[in-house]
Amino acid sequence: MYPADFLYSKDHEWLRVEGDEAVLGITHFAQEELGEVVYVELPEVGQSFDAGEEIGTIESVKAVAEVYAAVAGEIVAVNEALVEAPEKLNDDPHGDGWLVRVRPSGAVEQGELMSAEQYQEFAETG
Amino acid sequence: MKEPGEGVAENGVASRSPLDTRHREAGGRMIEFAGWEMPVQYSGLMEEHRAVRTAAGLFDISHMGEVRVDGGGAESFLQYLTPNDVSKLVPGQAHYSALLSEEGTYIDDVLVYRLGETEFLLVVNAANRAGDFDHIRELAQDDVTVEDVSDDYALLALQGPRAPEILSRLTAAELSELKYYRFLDAQVHDRPALVSRTGYTGEDGFELYVAPETAPSLWDALMEAGAEAGLKPAGLGARDTLRLEAGMALYGHEIDRFTYPWEAGLGWTIKLKKGAFVGSEALARVKAEGIRRRLVGFEIHGRGIARQGHTIWVDDEEVGAVTSGTWSPTVEKALGMAYVPKALAAVGTELEFDVRGRRLQGAVVELPFYKRPK
Repeated sequence: MYPADFLYSKDHEWLRVEGDEAVLGITHFAQEELGEVVYVELPEVGQSFDAGEEIGTIESVKAVAEVYAAVAGEIVAVNEALVEAPEKLNDDPHGDGWLVRVRPSGAVEQGELMSAEQYQEFAETG
Repeated sequence: MKEPGEGVAENGVASRSPLDTRHREAGGRMIEFAGWEMPVQYSGLMEEHRAVRTAAGLFDISHMGEVRVDGGGAESFLQYLTPNDVSKLVPGQAHYSALLSEEGTYIDDVLVYRLGETEFLLVVNAANRAGDFDHIRELAQDDVTVEDVSDDYALLALQGPRAPEILSRLTAAELSELKYYRFLDAQVHDRPALVSRTGYTGEDGFELYVAPETAPSLWDALMEAGAEAGLKPAGLGARDTLRLEAGMALYGHEIDRFTYPWEAGLGWTIKLKKGAFVGSEALARVKAEGIRRRLVGFEIHGRGIARQGHTIWVDDEEVGAVTSGTWSPTVEKALGMAYVPKALAAVGTELEFDVRGRRLQGAVVELPFYKRPK
């Protein structure tokens, strides 16, 4: 379920490090909790955020969720496809439903983030 | 990613429906609602919502409360307790009414079923059950008995255009003769049930009051009878989007202790000419003076959803607030209901909504958002 090469946050987001960049999305668990996503609001390319800062929102029929920067850094790309096809977030949260690509301001260390195994347990036990 | 909680049980332990196992087996995602663990959705809110609009959906609403009022004085007591005219009900008929405060505002909205000349059943919201019961008992005279019979009933709602055809497979009762807001005692799947042609979705359909121990086998029988027609189990999530599209009020949203019936568009349930009732003096004054605000429907022009509590602005002045808001699976727009001053209640009036610090543009539109094709 949860790719082993991702890191996961307590806010139910995932991070995939690729060289000096990282891709961020929400987890399968998160999209299931939210239900069908109808709107996705993402930051602008070039914006910088501290870790934990709000970078966007995801709205489903019945709820709204904030997206937080799992690491500090600059936004280098956003998944524009989600604007027209927000359902991608439900269909493929760990792939096509990615949210933003970040250039982290420092080295990404596991720190507070979890491995796939740790996250699976975290999500299951709430 | 955080989500708001839905409700907390008073004693910290949520009640479970007699259908609890069915919900879990059907993949229902359980949430706490008004002290009950109930399914918010199964396969997905939109799919369930659309099933109800195009085929049928089956809801467990066993969390609703039921209060029985019996005795020689039952009719005159309910005439005093509730604002609608109970004397107009014949046995086998129900109507929408309310429990009001002396100020003429809502303690709860209720359905009143006339079971017989001197027997009535009030159906109340789960969250208000205890308070309603205390209120009713406090006002009751010696010639009536008042009993909280909520635990005697499981309540299933079968809703959607194909509901009559599905239910007719399980009963010999003449469903085609059963009019809106009428009910009858019938054998459904060989067990006694009160079958009521009522609902909270804007569709044709039935609400089935049965003994709790009967509920699981009835659930199974209905799901089987409706499989071909496209019947789906539907959760509280779809129940909310369906009632919102149908422009129906929900306690704690459109109506509460601070709402007058006319503000909510529910003046038709207030029968001031029938004689004194709880809240009638205050309401006579309100009617004479006129109301200042009105419940309206709105839609959002662009992207984003205005939800309960979001404030409404016109020319940099705060003019009202949203009572319910959602994405509408049928209309495929963000819409909702809100209170605004009467001067801003006309269809077409442009409004601004403050959604987490961002302004969304929208306009007043006609209620309901959805009317079923006749």
